[in-house]
Amino acid sequence: MYRENEIMDGIADEKARREADETGDLIINMGPQHPATHGVLHLVVTLNGETIKKVEPHLGYIHRSIEKMCESLTYRQFIYVTSRMDYLSAHINNHACALCVEKGLQLEIPERAQVIRVLMDELTRIASHELWWGAMAMDLGAFTPFFHAFRERETINDIMEETCGARLTMNYMVPGGVMADIHPNFQKRVKDFLILYKRKIKEYDELVTGNIIFQNRMKGVGYLSAEDAISYGCTGPTARGSGVSCDIRKLYPYEVYNKLSFDEILETEGDSFARYMVRLREMNESIKIIEQLIDNIPEGDFQAKTKAVLKLPKGEFYTRVETARGELGVYIVSEGGMTPYRIKFRSPGFSNLSALDHMARGSKLGDLVAMMGTLDLVIPDIDR
Amino acid sequence: MSGEELKIKIIQLLPSATFEEGGEFLNINVEAKDWLAFAKQLRNEEALFFDYLFCLTCIDWNTHLTMVYHLTSTKFRHNIVVKIKLDRNNPEIESVSQIWRTADFHEREVYEMFGVNFLNHPDLRLLILPDGWEGKNPMRKDFEDPVNMIKL
Repeated sequence: MYRENEIMDGIADEKARREADETGDLIINMGPQHPATHGVLHLVVTLNGETIKKVEPHLGYIHRSIEKMCESLTYRQFIYVTSRMDYLSAHINNHACALCVEKGLQLEIPERAQVIRVLMDELTRIASHELWWGAMAMDLGAFTPFFHAFRERETINDIMEETCGARLTMNYMVPGGVMADIHPNFQKRVKDFLILYKRKIKEYDELVTGNIIFQNRMKGVGYLSAEDAISYGCTGPTARGSGVSCDIRKLYPYEVYNKLSFDEILETEGDSFARYMVRLREMNESIKIIEQLIDNIPEGDFQAKTKAVLKLPKGEFYTRVETARGELGVYIVSEGGMTPYRIKFRSPGFSNLSALDHMARGSKLGDLVAMMGTLDLVIPDIDR
Repeated sequence: MSGEELKIKIIQLLPSATFEEGGEFLNINVEAKDWLAFAKQLRNEEALFFDYLFCLTCIDWNTHLTMVYHLTSTKFRHNIVVKIKLDRNNPEIESVSQIWRTADFHEREVYEMFGVNFLNHPDLRLLILPDGWEGKNPMRKDFEDPVNMIKL
């Protein structure tokens, strides 16, 4: 049933193989079980010598048809499935879905819930970028940074575990607010984390950013112009590395983001190093947001009063939020029932990946891994 | 541009377009035969400049399919939604992957999931489904898979 055999027998079709024979091109498979693809992504790479002529992603190895599944789940249930999409920013996925349902219900969220949501989002963003940083360095052959990154990431996961009861798929945000109030230790532990983080973040630059070997492998590699970034639908740090302003938190503010002071990080070089710097500097902006909110969590309810069975009115609802990887859009078409008629997740990874072929053409095979690292691909987010 | 200004401008470009009220964005209904020329105008017209296609999807309404294009302009920050009705038995529409390159992957996804045939698409192949997939399109409402599908 499964297609690995067919693929291993003959990649692409007969015509492509004959062409490759004539021109002396080499077609190789990268993945689906390759350590640098961070999951089950399969790239068919056409090479001439060591130069990349074409990169063709083959998707679907972890496709669970979450959109179809959601059509038979109620508006309370479907949110839990979405934690499994982009598992590194589970909170933000839940947040997007909760916002979309709330838009349909025209529900006002208590301010305490809004602040808790933003705090959780930003902690998630830091945790996600930390993992990316460690994995990125590992892709380039440096093993130690991975442990440095996980040292801080574990602290965040512990905070999450205390309040949400889970470390990865939290399922904490529900329509109307958050599932439960924050743990009494939450504020103290987040403040401890801020102190720890500020002490350790310098090591990141010392260990990796300033390293001349690292810079040589990143600078001028995987160039993406601003026009191409928009045309390919790139969002998040991938597009901001090319100087495209696309931070949903700034452009279409949700929750309390419009009351906070933080900067949208932009770099204009458009190469791998620019994307790297955007993510690294974005973590500091998240720290800024957390600092502004952690002592100012308003008193009140953590959840608005909602009916036991949620029914969205007939119509269409679209929300977008900024995940760690870019713009996540949730599009719900409702026929007035308990379940969505059609739901579409516009995932950031799917669009970001489509630019990989354009970026990689003409560069060396070894640089492909560096490019994929700076795209920050999470495969379940691409396949859904 | 505000919704009203967009409406006036779009009526000038395409008199046969109709509008739907009530949603968050301005909804425009377009005929499939006008789509490619209209899409080019949306992208290239100075005052509109819809350069970012942020969502492309399809809805199966049992009687017909509807293609939904969410467009925004990174320069002016106005949004529109273009909807196109397609025949369910023989859905065909012009590809816009030459105008917005993100449409390449999104159209391939719609092609396999809904069976919409995109004319002049550079590389219309299965993207997510296994090679050699036979039978129906999984995201259609009448798709049945007794082995792998769980109904709640």
